[in-house]
Order: sequence, then C-alpha cells, then structure tokens
Amino acid sequence: MRARPPVYSRFREVQAELAKSGSAIFRDADGVESLVIRYPYSIEYIHSYAEDSPFFLALAEGKLRGSRCTQKSCKFVYATPRSHCMVCSSPTEWVDLPTKGRIHTWTTCHFGSEAFLKETPYNLAMVEFEGVGSLLLVRLKDAKESDLYVGMPVEARFDPAPKYSITDVWFVPT
Amino acid sequence: MVTGGVTKFAKAHPAMDFRLMVKRAYDYAMHEIPNLTRERIDGTRISYFSDHFSRQLKAASMVQDYLGLNPKGSVRIEWGGATGGECFQAAYEAIASGRMDVCLAAGYETMSRVATWKGNEFIALASDTNFDFPLGGFYTGYYALMVMRHIYEYLRLTRFAHVKDEREAQRLAIREGSRIMSLVSVKNHRNAMHNPYAQYPKRLTVEDVMNSEMISYPLTREQICTMSDGAAVALLCSESTAREFTDRPVLVKGVGTGTDTMRLSDRPFGKVPLMPHETEKDYAHLPYPGVHSFRAGRAAGLEAYRMAGITDPNRELDFVELHDAYASSEIQTYEDLGLCKYGEGYGFVERGDPFLKGIDYGFPVPRAGATPVNPSGGLIACGHPVGATGLMQAVFAFWQLQGTIPKHFHDTTLQLKDPKRGAIHSHAGTGSAVTVSILERGFR
Repeated sequence: MRARPPVYSRFREVQAELAKSGSAIFRDADGVESLVIRYPYSIEYIHSYAEDSPFFLALAEGKLRGSRCTQKSCKFVYATPRSHCMVCSSPTEWVDLPTKGRIHTWTTCHFGSEAFLKETPYNLAMVEFEGVGSLLLVRLKDAKESDLYVGMPVEARFDPAPKYSITDVWFVPT
Repeated sequence: MVTGGVTKFAKAHPAMDFRLMVKRAYDYAMHEIPNLTRERIDGTRISYFSDHFSRQLKAASMVQDYLGLNPKGSVRIEWGGATGGECFQAAYEAIASGRMDVCLAAGYETMSRVATWKGNEFIALASDTNFDFPLGGFYTGYYALMVMRHIYEYLRLTRFAHVKDEREAQRLAIREGSRIMSLVSVKNHRNAMHNPYAQYPKRLTVEDVMNSEMISYPLTREQICTMSDGAAVALLCSESTAREFTDRPVLVKGVGTGTDTMRLSDRPFGKVPLMPHETEKDYAHLPYPGVHSFRAGRAAGLEAYRMAGITDPNRELDFVELHDAYASSEIQTYEDLGLCKYGEGYGFVERGDPFLKGIDYGFPVPRAGATPVNPSGGLIACGHPVGATGLMQAVFAFWQLQGTIPKHFHDTTLQLKDPKRGAIHSHAGTGSAVTVSILERGFR
C-alpha cells in the first residue's frame, strides 16, 4: 500500500510536488482528479558530423573554414559550409574564411532552452565576411547589449580546449 | 469545409490526454452537422508536431483509434510550426484527388508535459543541430535576429536615415520597431477578449508590452506566443457532398506552400518574387529575402493567390488569420503576403489597417477594419499548440465566413460584416516552410 499523493488545484504546485516526491494529484475546477507522475527520459546519441566534419576539426586547430562551389560559372562561397552548392547543386571544396567580419544582425538572449539557461544572457550574431555569399551564426562575447550594432567589425576567437562544437569559435568586437 | 471544432487552448489540460482533447473538438464539429455520420468519413489526416512532447510514437494512430475510425485510411502530418496548416492542405488534397469524399483533418499538441524551457529546447531542435542549436537552442533568439535586420532595413535606413550617428540611429529604430510590434500585441490580446477559446485574452497598453520581461532583445514576453495544450479539427468534403450536410459550406479556393533554407545563414540575397501589384522598381536595392523576410511565405502566397485568382490580396481578402508566433513575424508576414509592400509593414500597423472596427485599443486606429488581421487574437493571444494551430485558424476562418462567430463565441464583437473571402497562414521553423490557404463563402 502506498499513501495517496497530495492533491493540488494549481498546476504549478503539481510541478513542484513532482520535483519533490515524483507524484501528485491535480484537481481541476470541476473536481476531476488526474494522477500526474514524473517521467524522466535521457539519451546519448552517437552523432557523426559526417560531411561537415572538416569544419569542426578545423575549429579545433583555430581555423575557420567555409566551402566554395567547384562549378566555374558559380563559385558561390559559403561561410556555413555545405558540401553541395544550393545554387547549382555542384560539389563544393573547402576554403579558409577570413577571421574578421561584420555583424549582419544580432540579439541578446535573456533566456534560452533548458540546456543553455545558465549561460544567459548571451549574444548571438550573424557575421558577414567580405567576398563570402552566406553568413555564419555565432556567439558574440566581450560586448554588452548597448555596445552592439549592425555593421560592427568583429573577429574570431577559438577555444584553446576545443569540444568539437560550433561554440569552439566565437567572435569579439575588434 | 463543412464543420470544425476547437478545444479551449490552455497552459495545461491534465484531465485530458491528446486523444480525449481531439475527441472533444471532433464531437463539437460533428454535433454541428447531424446528417454526417461517422460512417461517411472516408479517412483522416492527423497532425502533431513533436514526438518529444508526446513521448508516444504513432500517437496519430491512437487518435484514429480513439475516434473509432479504424480501419479507414490515415496519415500523420508533421511540418514544424506549419503542421496544422499542412494537415488542412493534406485533407484538401485527399478530396481534390478524388481519393476521398469526406476527410477529417485533426491536430493537437500537449506542450505542458515538460517545463517551458525544456519545451523551448524541443522546439529549437527544429534548427540545424550541427551549426545553430548548440549556440543557445532558442527560437525567440532566431526571430529576434530576423526582426533586428528587418528593423535595420525598414526603419534605420528610412525613418532614421537622417540620424548621423550610426549607433544612435539604430537604437532609435529598434525602439520604434518595438513600439510598433507592441501595437500588434495589444491588438491580438484585445481581440481575444471576445474569443472564449483564447488562452491569454487581456487588455494591454503599449507600455505594458514594451516593459514586459525582455526575452531576446528586442522581443519582450508579450510579443511572443506561449506553450499550449489544445486540439482542433476541420471536416472537408467534395463540393457536391458538402451540400448534403450544410447549406453554409466554405470553399477552399486556393492552396500554396513555400520553403526556404533551414539555416538562416544560408538565406540568399536575391530578387523579390513579385505580386501582380508590385514592380521591380519597388525593390531595386533590396537584397531578398536575407534574414529579414520570409521567402517561403511569399512563395506560398503567390501559389495560393494564383489558384484562387487573387491579384491584389489587400483588396480581395476580407480578413487574414496569420501565424503571429511573434509580433515581429506578423509584421513581416503582412509584407510576404502582399497586404502591403516590403518596407510598409510598420506603417500598415500604425495606420490601423489590421485592426478591427468598433474595438477600443486605447490608441487611435484611423483605418481600422481595412484589412483585419488575426481577428481571433492569433497565436499570441489564443495560444500555439503546434499541431492544432493551423487547424484552429481554419475553424475560426470558417466560422467567420459562415457568419457563425456569435454562435460559437457567444459574443458578436469579432464577427466581421459579411466577409466573403479570407486567408489562413501557417509558418514553420524560422520561415523554412509556410502554407497559405484561401477560404471563400460557398453560399449566398
């Protein structure tokens, strides 16, 4: 026999109870009771970067690599690499990107998804590079919300202890 | 379309699981047309967005099962935020192809099953998980990036072109953009006060909206939709069959879908696909879509308008229910759908075009009633249980065209006078997919 879980009429209280004991009863305005339980779920993925791998390996060496279309009449350059060109579908080749660029657009996130809440507030920026056709989305550090503007010159910094993630690179104002 | 039903959207419905929620919306819809028995339904299209929220794969089979519709045909539809809109069109296609004579489109989402910030994580998994998600996994952040550039293109470079100091000019433009987005938020929350299905009806001031909690600069809490539990259904028939069940059917006159790159980084800087009322000269120096506009929305609108024979949407649509997950995307969408030209979205709001006549919003709306947008309150005020949202829009538009809003809302305020044609618009993942459907009154 197990004692009946405590009854609450507010969902917030139910959530708090789940964190404590793992079960609660929610009673709605019509008196209907629902048993609510905590139901954890976690997964470890075996994730391959596959054709994007050279980009992440280069980050770990402190280099920013993009890709360029091999079709002579196209030659589109991507700041965020694609192994095939979105304009003409031809294969691309790896190229070094400049490490300096400008802010195309930006924001400061005061919230984030659960995994990133502890890092708030953080800045996101899309960076444009001279002679490159697409943008790169990155974290922007060493700058406050009030410092940032579209067109601001920025440059790349690399994590000396790389984790093979896009967060191995970030940008700072030059 | 011959009938529809919606559950009241709420933060949580712990006493109903997804099957019962859909059943409630379905029963409401079926009750409206007693001549249509379950036997006449040939099959279903069932939508929900995220298997993570459900933690139940093949959940659509359980809906089909619970409604007692086995062994009829059914397909699960998923297309990010546009899941509901896509489900509506999938049912339309089942009828239009001749495969079915009567098709049920049903959708739901139960987002209350995880905490809000975990829910944000699930949603953000609909961004590139190699390049975008690990930076913060936050959709509001992505939409903030987009509106920041929209403000730069259409306020900084126009209204504030005379300001010499670059930072000051941008600061002023952002403040102006935030003020105008707040007008949209006030409108949608205020409209929803007359919609009993809405999750967050309230009377707000522009200051309330601008001063609400900053989520991702410049987007504040009241400019963003929330997590919801809810379900909605729409029942579609061939035109001849429809008249067996109701003398007030609504016709689906056009459907359109469009797509764009998953990553914002890859969005091109090209030319605007023009609507009939626009010219190349209008956009001579506009890199398009960049990250400021939704090319998928433009493509979906163009396809749907062409099919419905619409050449000037602003004049030919009596109302629009569009996907305002963010107040910013409502303004961006006016332009994508050609309700005004690119760059005119902010002025369109200030002049009052998308507001309703006869409602006191707390500020002057000179052109109220010109092109009502989100008369129901939209996603911002009604809620956004993803798989149900696009179908909710279909139901509200259906009632609007039938003239039955007073009956279903127990309030006459939101019923437009004699509307003949409306559009519904459903939008996925930073604009990676959009659906537009044109609905028209099918009776005199």
